[in-house]
Amino acid sequence: MIVDLPSTTTAAVNRELIELRERGGAVALGRVLTLVIVTDDGAQAEEAIEAANAASREHPCRVLVLARGARRAAPRLDAQIRVGGDAGASEVVVMRMYGQLVDHGASVVVPLLLPDAPVVTWWPGPRPKVPAEDPVGRLAQRRITDAAAQRSPSRGLAAARSSYTEGDTDLAWSRLTLWRGLLTAALDQPPHEDVDSAAVTGATDSPSTDLLAGWLRSRLDVPVRRIRSGPGGGITSVVLERHSGPIELVRPDGKVGTLTQPGQPDRKVALQRRHVRDCLTEELRRLDADEIYQAALQALPAVRASGANHRKVTDSAQGARS
Amino acid sequence: MTGSGWHRPRAAETWRNPLRDPRDKRLPHIAGPCGVTIFGVTGDLSRKKLMPAIYDLANRGLLPPGFAVTGFARRDWSDQDFAEVVLQSVRDYARTPFRQDVWDRLAEGVRFVSGSFDDDAAFDRLTDTIAALDRMHGTSGNHAFYLAIPPEAFPVVCKQLARTGLAEHGDAHWRRVVIEKPFGHDLHSARELNEVVNEVFPEDSVFRIDHYLGKETVQNILALRFANQLFDPIWNSHYVDHVQITMAEDIGLGGRAGYYEGIGAVRDVIQNHLLQLLALTGMEEPVSFSPDALRGEKVKVLSATKLVGPLDETTARGQYSAGWQGSQQVAGLHQEQGFDPESRTETFAAITLQVDTRRWGGVPFFLRTGKRLGRRVTEIAVVFKRAPHLPFDDTMTEELGENALVIRVQPDEGVTMRFGSKVPGTAMEVRDVTMDFSYGTSFTETSPDAYERLLLDVLLGEPSLFPVNEEVELSWQILDPVLEHWAATGTPEPYPAGTWGPPAADAMIGRTGRSWRRP
Repeated sequence: MIVDLPSTTTAAVNRELIELRERGGAVALGRVLTLVIVTDDGAQAEEAIEAANAASREHPCRVLVLARGARRAAPRLDAQIRVGGDAGASEVVVMRMYGQLVDHGASVVVPLLLPDAPVVTWWPGPRPKVPAEDPVGRLAQRRITDAAAQRSPSRGLAAARSSYTEGDTDLAWSRLTLWRGLLTAALDQPPHEDVDSAAVTGATDSPSTDLLAGWLRSRLDVPVRRIRSGPGGGITSVVLERHSGPIELVRPDGKVGTLTQPGQPDRKVALQRRHVRDCLTEELRRLDADEIYQAALQALPAVRASGANHRKVTDSAQGARS
Repeated sequence: MTGSGWHRPRAAETWRNPLRDPRDKRLPHIAGPCGVTIFGVTGDLSRKKLMPAIYDLANRGLLPPGFAVTGFARRDWSDQDFAEVVLQSVRDYARTPFRQDVWDRLAEGVRFVSGSFDDDAAFDRLTDTIAALDRMHGTSGNHAFYLAIPPEAFPVVCKQLARTGLAEHGDAHWRRVVIEKPFGHDLHSARELNEVVNEVFPEDSVFRIDHYLGKETVQNILALRFANQLFDPIWNSHYVDHVQITMAEDIGLGGRAGYYEGIGAVRDVIQNHLLQLLALTGMEEPVSFSPDALRGEKVKVLSATKLVGPLDETTARGQYSAGWQGSQQVAGLHQEQGFDPESRTETFAAITLQVDTRRWGGVPFFLRTGKRLGRRVTEIAVVFKRAPHLPFDDTMTEELGENALVIRVQPDEGVTMRFGSKVPGTAMEVRDVTMDFSYGTSFTETSPDAYERLLLDVLLGEPSLFPVNEEVELSWQILDPVLEHWAATGTPEPYPAGTWGPPAADAMIGRTGRSWRRP
């Protein structure tokens, strides 16, 4: 059900939410968190809502969408409430702000936060300079940005690093969880040797590749190279050099990964690029500080970048295997 | 590369994976290289539960690269035919959306071996198939054998697995066996069965599936009790009047005579599911969530659990007769195909147990289960004593019942609390109201199926959610007297399908001045 409340107030929105609950049974009971989405008005807002609806199937939540409209209009708030089939397992309140109100999103959100439940803020598009100091970000226990959605992903990642505060996280980090899982599982198996060095290859515009390199650097404390393979395609390969030969996880087509280890048959695994909704679901699963992410960010400067000469590295990797 | 002296591989015990960190809670636990061999692939269990669970695990990225599934059955199938069968059951029953990439990878590891259990040549072929998988596909010698077959066939399959060396552990690889209920039909047969299995597989590589333990709501019992301060202080005989554990099914037994005739509700449901629920409800706090600590507490509470006598008055049994199950007219047990018209197999059973610990002294535990009852529901109801003194007069509290905390295991998973509240209006009048926590209907849609969880735990070698030998034997020890008593005298009382069981069940609980909750 969709209820439109044009030119309204937050108090009226609240009244309508309670009324909907009384009319339609327990709609908002059992909600575990409030998810605030800060976005510009338009197609991006709908995409974000769709991802949030999908995530709400695991984490029933109240979704508050702050859609920033034209700044030069008269101050106005248009609200739309979606419940039931139109909102997954959540209730969605889309609030379009105009005029001066655009800069006061936090004030609009405060009356609508669920009592006692944690607040998560997500910026699907441009990130604020310091999420933890942003007025809406300050309300939240968890602040989700997306380095890949910035005009310059690498600068977005650098900003995430310099502004890191406990509770920050980035979708570029959740995008590589499957890679991390597979690499970890590969090291679980004998021979239990130290890793001597590592190389991560991926698109120039893939902050996830950078983060993967940073993570390996922070965990293994060995030289890690970040090799650029041109734009597009995300992460394409990881090589962990060990005495007995390299462990390689290669995904050239963005779909199927191949795990190669010395003395063992090649193993294939479905390794698709993750959807935003899956990443978001993962992000909502935990609301405490992610120290591992922090360490990966901090290790970024210690990762050696290499561009044109990446052939040499793959060659030496091949040499070690033979 | 750097010098060689530093790189000697280390023993598994001293090795710590530098990529793992307990603080890294996102990192999925992906099983190491392995494969699973399923005996009885043509059955309902593997079609409706196992194969979809395998696909769902693969889709969630939790299976290792190069995972293999081998089917064994008396069918003239090729690998491709079997892959088709698996694909069909994945399409029909999988929880997560179908993705061609995931299926293609899975299909590369699907094998089929045709033969019967007493056919040596077939098991030799199975051995070759598994060796080839290790060599070509990367299963690294780690294999789980899932016996989705009747227990009568266990001895012959186990012997074959021993003969061909398939059951043999190594330092570098593991072999595990997964078995489904029934784990015997009384203490004696359970011991025999355990001996048969343990002769071939040591106890720590035997995984007994009780799928109830894989359910989120059942694991939530532990969270509810031990992660909260709110409930523990009242979780004892000072405040609890009694506990009711119910598992009701609305289905009948048409087509399941071969399995059910002579087994009955106690063996089918109470011995495993309900006694496990009782153990989780009644146990003391484990010092940690390690498998040993958890099982230790369960064993303790089960060893303190006894039937309350005299059995004629504290137990009840029934058999459904023809009637209306909701909007549908259904046959009684005696008319169901395959059942003896004189059958004495009970389809409803209710028993009274006592748990002789300081925590539970004097608190009866009522367990009941049945087929063709009012609706499908499983729940644990902890019913509290009445307030010792009410400052209200009788007319004010006429409609006030006892406070209760109900853990709804399935369906509509959640927790309900019942307490009194003032009815709005001028006069003081107190009536029962309920407060509900629900996982929400859409929420449970995406929470993993019990079989997914359990199968992954088998592959990871994580035994917490599997009952051990000792638990199985203790539960038979508890139930054997009632089975013997019922076998010796009387017959089950008929109850019309679609009702909540025979009058004897109401009489049984009524003798103690209590009554069954209508779930």
